[in-house]
Amino acid sequence: MNQEKEEKHILSLMVDNRPGVLSRIVGLFSGRGFNIESLCVAETADADISRITLVTCGDMGVIEQIKKQLNKLINVIKVVDFMDMSFVQRDLALIKVRAKPEHRAEILRITDIFRGRVVDVGSEFYTLEVTGDLEKIDAILGLLKPMGIKEIARTGTIALPREKRK
Amino acid sequence: MNSKLMTGAQILVQGLMDEGITHVFGYPGGAIMPTYDVIYDAPLTHILTRHEQGAAHAADGYARATGRVGVCIATSGPGATNLVTGLSTAHMDSVPLVAITGQVPASMIGNDSFQGADIYGISIPVTKYNYLVKDVRNLQHTVKEAFYVARTGRKGPVLIDFPKDVQSAKTRLRKIGPVRPPGRPSLTEGHPRQLKAMVAAVKQARRPVIYAGGGLVASEAGPELAEFVALTKIPVTTTLLGKGIFSEMDSLSLGMLGMHGTKYANHAIYESDLLIALGVRFDDRVAGNVKKFAPLAKVVHVDIDPAEIGKRVAVDIPVVGNLKTVLGTLNRMIEATGRKRWIEHIARLKKDLPLAFPDDGKLRPQHIIRTLSDMTRGEILLTTDVGQHQMWAALYYQTVEPRRFITSGGAGTMGFGFPAAIGASVARTDLPVVTLTGDGSFQMCIQELATARMYNLPVKIFIMNNGYLGMVRQWQEIFHDRRYSHTCLSFNPDFCKVAEGYEIPAFRVTEPSEVQRKIDRALNTDGPVLV
Repeated sequence: MNQEKEEKHILSLMVDNRPGVLSRIVGLFSGRGFNIESLCVAETADADISRITLVTCGDMGVIEQIKKQLNKLINVIKVVDFMDMSFVQRDLALIKVRAKPEHRAEILRITDIFRGRVVDVGSEFYTLEVTGDLEKIDAILGLLKPMGIKEIARTGTIALPREKRK
Repeated sequence: MNSKLMTGAQILVQGLMDEGITHVFGYPGGAIMPTYDVIYDAPLTHILTRHEQGAAHAADGYARATGRVGVCIATSGPGATNLVTGLSTAHMDSVPLVAITGQVPASMIGNDSFQGADIYGISIPVTKYNYLVKDVRNLQHTVKEAFYVARTGRKGPVLIDFPKDVQSAKTRLRKIGPVRPPGRPSLTEGHPRQLKAMVAAVKQARRPVIYAGGGLVASEAGPELAEFVALTKIPVTTTLLGKGIFSEMDSLSLGMLGMHGTKYANHAIYESDLLIALGVRFDDRVAGNVKKFAPLAKVVHVDIDPAEIGKRVAVDIPVVGNLKTVLGTLNRMIEATGRKRWIEHIARLKKDLPLAFPDDGKLRPQHIIRTLSDMTRGEILLTTDVGQHQMWAALYYQTVEPRRFITSGGAGTMGFGFPAAIGASVARTDLPVVTLTGDGSFQMCIQELATARMYNLPVKIFIMNNGYLGMVRQWQEIFHDRRYSHTCLSFNPDFCKVAEGYEIPAFRVTEPSEVQRKIDRALNTDGPVLV
């Protein structure tokens, strides 16, 4: 059953907000040889519950097994696979780019096109904030690369299901 | 309820007694002393092993022999880490255990304190769940929940890490109701549509086989399975852990299947058109190449753990449920059938491909095990270690009832058999307990001879001594061009003299002709004995 093609899945886990829970989840992935491409954890509106948004990849059999094993964990309240529904996703990146005088206008224009913001300005570097899906972040990184990127910090993907439209 | 101030240690021990625990296996040490101080005059029987690993395996043997939760106790640091192999063994075979470990005071955790170890972190992958109790006010609930988790759904070991200061801290007992089932409650009934599909599949099948595993033992589904087989006349092959759930003396029994199984069981599986997998996990020792396993069969899989269904093999009719409940329901739905041709074919397979070993006048382990089986006819409780002797025992020792053949299946833990026999012997004082072991395995927990002696436990130890790690040697012979790398135990002690040192009677069998007489002598010796 494992000869199907590998696909990227975004999973959203509602978990008890307690020490050790993240360790169990990450341990399950490493212990069973599953992939984690990105992982994002924060408290929800209910302080007792955290949401973990996790990007993984695998064929259908592997994804099925990942979901079943996650569901077995006592501290996992709910597992949602966004592949089964329409959803919105965002990634946030902070990008520190070299801002030579001759590039500054170009950097600002690119930032503007991507609806980003400049959040810090130094004598040599600008720090930009950009949000969007993975492709959008990759696209701006591609454009800024020739100017020299010093550092990047990315949140990893977060996602929520779309509400139904009438 | 009770407004008296109690220490954490007192609350824990009270919790054990509230859970009906009568026996605990353990080994004291610095960080668990307040708890041992309470155990000192508690109405609990404490069995002092000689190594924490022995305590974990003994609690495991106790649990497998009874179906109740086994309890073991160790101190912090090395005491706790010595439990890990035992926890992993229980985890792989879904055995309900509660392990309690002392821990350095909560304020010292993470400071690399003396005999401190992150057993909470270490034990996450080898337990069903675990706890680090930092506040004595949570303890009462934690203990109750730990037992609940260990014994419900797919059973397994649970660890409670118990810092020394929390053992001494005081609080009042509160009235606590039933614990909230953590996580999702497991489905037990089986989906009615799937059950109907299963009934139809059984009706249509010409060559069905039941593949029965440890899940049936865990859910005590022996009577339901027997009734299901009586109605449907489907032959039964069991896994190593399923041994005994269906009498191996029954004509419909095919014995064990898989890599080490009987030829007739494997042939029957190969030819079958319907495989009814009950409480099994298509382990690689059973279904090595999943593509070639039961290639002609439609597969029905019933298990309490949804994650086992479809894990290794594509399933046509998946049923999530408790086997006792599911089989009980099926027995009310299903019609009796004859199935004469298939049964005759199975009988022929058994005749044409029998279990066989060389009868060359040498002392053969298979001969010893078959003699033991014929002499005792299922009236003993047998534990084994891991290796060739284990597989011979699985093949040649006929088990009639569940919980009478105890072995480390999934983990394959050498050193398990003897301490497990100690635990089983504590649990089943009404039964002779025999442990079959090898010279390699036995030396991994040989120190428990002292435990057997101290409590005068009637464990009959049979060491199959060939001076080799036989199973690994066999693989070297087949897969490594007979390069016998380090599988010859060039030195072995004189096991009889070792036993003598522990004041345990011992004697040796060297000739096939004396096997029966010596087995008889061992079974009739009071207390422990080593052969």
